[in-house]
Amino acid sequence: MRKIGGLPLSRKINERVQAIPPSGIRRFFELVIGRKDVISLGVGEPDFPVPWSIRESMIYSLEKGWTSYTSNRGLKELRDGIAEYYRKFGVETCGENVLITTGVSEGLDLALRATINPGDIVLIPEPCYVAYKPLAFLAYGEPVSIPTNPDFRVNYDLLKPYSKFDPKVLIVNYPNNPTGVTYTKKELEEIADFVVENDMIVISDEIYAELTYRGKHISIASLNGMEERTIVLNGFSKAYAMTGFRIGYAIAPEEIIKAMTKIHQYCMLCAPITSQIGALEALKLKEEEMDRIRAEYMRKRNFFVKRLSRFLNVRMPDGAFYAFPSVRETGLSSEEFAERLLMEKGVAVVPGNAFGECGEGFVRCAYAVSMEKLKEAVERMEEFVENLKSK
Amino acid sequence: MSKELEVLRILEDNAKLTPKEIAEMVGLSEDDVRRIIKKFEDEGVILKYKTLIDWEKVGEEVVYAIIDVRVTLTREKSYDDIAKRIAKFPEVHAVRLISGDYDFQVVVKGKSLKDVAFFVAEKISTLPEVRDTFTHFVLRSYKEEGVLLFKDEEDRRLAFVP
Repeated sequence: MRKIGGLPLSRKINERVQAIPPSGIRRFFELVIGRKDVISLGVGEPDFPVPWSIRESMIYSLEKGWTSYTSNRGLKELRDGIAEYYRKFGVETCGENVLITTGVSEGLDLALRATINPGDIVLIPEPCYVAYKPLAFLAYGEPVSIPTNPDFRVNYDLLKPYSKFDPKVLIVNYPNNPTGVTYTKKELEEIADFVVENDMIVISDEIYAELTYRGKHISIASLNGMEERTIVLNGFSKAYAMTGFRIGYAIAPEEIIKAMTKIHQYCMLCAPITSQIGALEALKLKEEEMDRIRAEYMRKRNFFVKRLSRFLNVRMPDGAFYAFPSVRETGLSSEEFAERLLMEKGVAVVPGNAFGECGEGFVRCAYAVSMEKLKEAVERMEEFVENLKSK
Repeated sequence: MSKELEVLRILEDNAKLTPKEIAEMVGLSEDDVRRIIKKFEDEGVILKYKTLIDWEKVGEEVVYAIIDVRVTLTREKSYDDIAKRIAKFPEVHAVRLISGDYDFQVVVKGKSLKDVAFFVAEKISTLPEVRDTFTHFVLRSYKEEGVLLFKDEEDRRLAFVP
């Protein structure tokens, strides 16, 4: 009988699926069930509901009976609209290079499956979103983690040693979940140099692009020579709070978009039409509305990080809606800290090791909650930490 | 957006935040925020701090009426003169010059229908410049000052999502 990690393999289940460890967060999920007093900073989604104009347009479309399939690649107006929208991040493209996906999650899966041959090396800087490694592995790639401590930034010198693996794909995500790190054009050029030198493909997860607080978001696809080797992934979940609608998109060179569409047409057929219509309306939201939403997050970030920094070591994040403080001073591991904070103070945060081994010693706090709750949460955290330190 | 205006925007939405909290939100010192608020108060940019109350929830009956008022202008009496005269009654909640068939929209607040009706009949209609009035009683309010007065949405997010 073959074994992985000491466990016997079942004949019924794919070996790679069996090799993926169960989600560490699930345990925490069960701890909060039935507790009313919990303030959750554990959620990776905005605290406001989808803007009413978007919801209203979706309701109207249902009244008119728009309930059919769309073309595999998605509504043409939406693809064209996204191409136009992406100019603001420096990318000159057209609707032909856009594929509408069922959330960025599907886009990521398609991008990996469309590009990877069995055994290809996929470089994944960590800490990072939890899906990269398992999806690369399920696509029969060999994910290689790149720890980015202490500043959580990716640069040329950090990447250089990994060229010996003859890597095929690099996954970048900025603004980053969970660290909030983002990059300037100059810093992106360094990353691009490494990618070009090694003739690689970049999968750039830019889902938090709208939530950039310092400078403007620049897509790595906009850099010289990168357009032909970049798959941009983005969607409507974070900026417009459309998480449950599962609507995202990929922008890539024609050859790659065609390959991704081939898989998409068989595994998804098309993204849900109602969500596509909502996305179309989202693109019509005025720039001022997005500015307002961004300003509100920024205020919460400033408040929360400033308060946190009184009792934990934390960097000011430049984007997304997460703070990623170190909890090492407390002497607890990430999981111990998160579990005790939840049980003793009713504040939910996600242990940093969920985002890669090098996230150990940190916790992720999503500050996308109301000011009142944020205030209460950070006060409870302070009590908790001061109590630990005084022992 | 300048930081000064941002302070105003924050206060417009929630006047209960302390200068310290606002300072942390916009990245200024607490003293700076106090100074900015004082300045806006002195300049009359910040007019007043109030509380939005749903009186019906504590069983208090409040009657609002919207009165359309048509007036006659003379050399001696302009819109401003007439509006000021109407606005000074404490029963008057708001006075606005409007376009259309009527000249003013006056919002009157009272304890009962009778209360409001008599006030209009005795105090507004009798003003020499007032030609005629049209009273609409408010039966129910759904949104006031940008705040929804009904609750139909709740936070359904899960506690943990990566």
